[in-house]
Amino acid sequence: MRAVLTKKRQAGLCRTMIKLSNIEKYYGTYHALRDVNCHINEGEFFSLLGPSGSGKTTLLRTIAGFEEIDSGTVMIGGQSMVGVPPNMRPTNMVFQSYAIFPHMSVAQNVAYGLRSQRLNKAKTAEMVRESLGKVGLAGYGERAAHALSGGQRQRVALARALILKPKVLLLDEPLSALDRKLREQMQSELRRLQRSLGITFVLVTHDQEEALTMSDRVAVMFEGQIAQLDSPQALYKRPASKRVAEFFGAMNILKADILEVKGDIATTRIEGLGVANLAFNPQPGADASSHYCAGVRPELMTILDDGAMAYDKETPATVTDVEYRGELTYYDVKFEGSDTPVVVSMRNTSNRELREIGQQVRIGWESASAVLLLD
Amino acid sequence: MIKSAQLDSDARRGLSQISLPLAFSVLLLAAPLAILLAMSFWTQDFLTLDRTFTLANFKETWTSPIYRTLMLRSLKISIIVTVLTVGLAYPAAYYMSFVAPNNRKAMLVFLITIPFWTSYLMRIFLWKVILGFNGVVNGSLIGLGFIDTPLDWISYNQFAVIITLSHAWLPFAVLPIFVVMEKVNRSYLEAAQDLGDTPFQRFRRITLPLSMPGVVAATLIVFIPTIGDYVTPKLVGGPDGLMIANMIEIQFKNANNAPLGAALALSALLLVSSVAGIFVWLNRRYLKAEGAA
Repeated sequence: MRAVLTKKRQAGLCRTMIKLSNIEKYYGTYHALRDVNCHINEGEFFSLLGPSGSGKTTLLRTIAGFEEIDSGTVMIGGQSMVGVPPNMRPTNMVFQSYAIFPHMSVAQNVAYGLRSQRLNKAKTAEMVRESLGKVGLAGYGERAAHALSGGQRQRVALARALILKPKVLLLDEPLSALDRKLREQMQSELRRLQRSLGITFVLVTHDQEEALTMSDRVAVMFEGQIAQLDSPQALYKRPASKRVAEFFGAMNILKADILEVKGDIATTRIEGLGVANLAFNPQPGADASSHYCAGVRPELMTILDDGAMAYDKETPATVTDVEYRGELTYYDVKFEGSDTPVVVSMRNTSNRELREIGQQVRIGWESASAVLLLD
Repeated sequence: MIKSAQLDSDARRGLSQISLPLAFSVLLLAAPLAILLAMSFWTQDFLTLDRTFTLANFKETWTSPIYRTLMLRSLKISIIVTVLTVGLAYPAAYYMSFVAPNNRKAMLVFLITIPFWTSYLMRIFLWKVILGFNGVVNGSLIGLGFIDTPLDWISYNQFAVIITLSHAWLPFAVLPIFVVMEKVNRSYLEAAQDLGDTPFQRFRRITLPLSMPGVVAATLIVFIPTIGDYVTPKLVGGPDGLMIANMIEIQFKNANNAPLGAALALSALLLVSSVAGIFVWLNRRYLKAEGAA
């Protein structure tokens, strides 16, 4: 399925499932969505990631039809959704609270949306059985809804939405109420389901790890705007701004001065690290007055052993703190002429010894390790 | 050994804590009922009670046409009042819970309680003024030229009893329905619509069944006391609006036949409990899911 999709993409065959254009939404005077534009492709696992209050749930509910937008258009499957109520949209939603109807059995919940299709009882029962089987709840049909655990409720909510074969499945923080172990299990199950069904999934989450592991593409939202939209890898490796960078894992932020720009290369002086040529592509919304800083991931720097010279840059530093974490060791180091502590992570291989606080070391890095970030 | 001593002290403490309400219920509920029950098997001759066991009172209650008529009329009036009241209360509660903006709900609940600021008797007398022969309704209709002679079917009959009782009990019916509706998780409604329901289908499949516990409570709250009401029928009911409670009053006071009154009261109690019991049983499936909502 992945391979097929990738091929489709290369051939330009990937169809747009959802197109959001210039979406604006106000709650009173509060500007909840600011000029949101994006395409979500058919068969894609798409995530909306952001802190609470960033507008990600509002955007999801806009797609579902529960929020009236003040301007802009929502297109699903090539059709405008203006004036189309939620019950007429080709989308189904898994709610954060799961919204399992308490006065019905599991089977009645799952069959809820089939009512309008006027199927006979046997056909309905068969579809319910099949749908429950898909989410690993075979044989749970006669249970009362209130006798279910959190994880089971979530599966029922999934089965109830998927039985209608929607073009788009919308998931509103579906995993946030589950404990860690169950959450990880559900993450891979959701991924597997999405691959086997080929349905477009749009997931809202505030958990960056969840977004990274599950999605084909992620839209990072802050304050009602999409700050960056890219694949998980690209978001991690080339975050556009300091905020996005800090949202995904650890990132050392250092002051930077751009000395000269030639094409897409910016000669930059980085605090403590010296001058390097960094990749530069101006972000939308950035102009000559925009401030930049440099970001370096802890794992993209190395404390060099004597004699090892595999890196094109070398900078002397002093170890100020050591944090041993089993698989990795995190070192706080300070470069000469800089007060900013920089974190360097080292894999604890068999022949590598721990450094001590106060020790003078050489840090190896490359121009490609550092990214320019909009401040 | 120590453990059982502890249990004893726990039990003692528990008993001491419930003893007051227990004494209260025994004295004010169980004791009068027991006296009533005992009395219903006796006979009264002017002021003396004959305590020989007899079923004559019950036999008369259940066979004499006048008591049966009154009993059935009371039942009929109560059922009409209940249907009317709950039927009017439901849309009002629905509006308060689902339509009104959140910041107005407290105000609406407050407004609902306004009729309670006036005494029950005052409200009945006001209905006399409104529905009477020379009352507000007849006066207005004659003044506007719609009718020449006052309508006589609007006062001193069962119609007037039904109107007056419904008005008195409406707030009691609105509140329990409103409270249950407030507990309905709004995401159920969104989920139903998301799964393809039109607003009307959603109401029938989600809102109505989930608000049924409130409807059941409102029904019982209105039905049980109205069947025993004797002030309203006495004041606005006229001769054909009298109900079973008026007869019970007559037996205890004017007729000096407390045993027959007791038998009538117990029979009415039995009737109300059976109807209420059947009603709750019919709605049992709605009441079960309540705990999970």
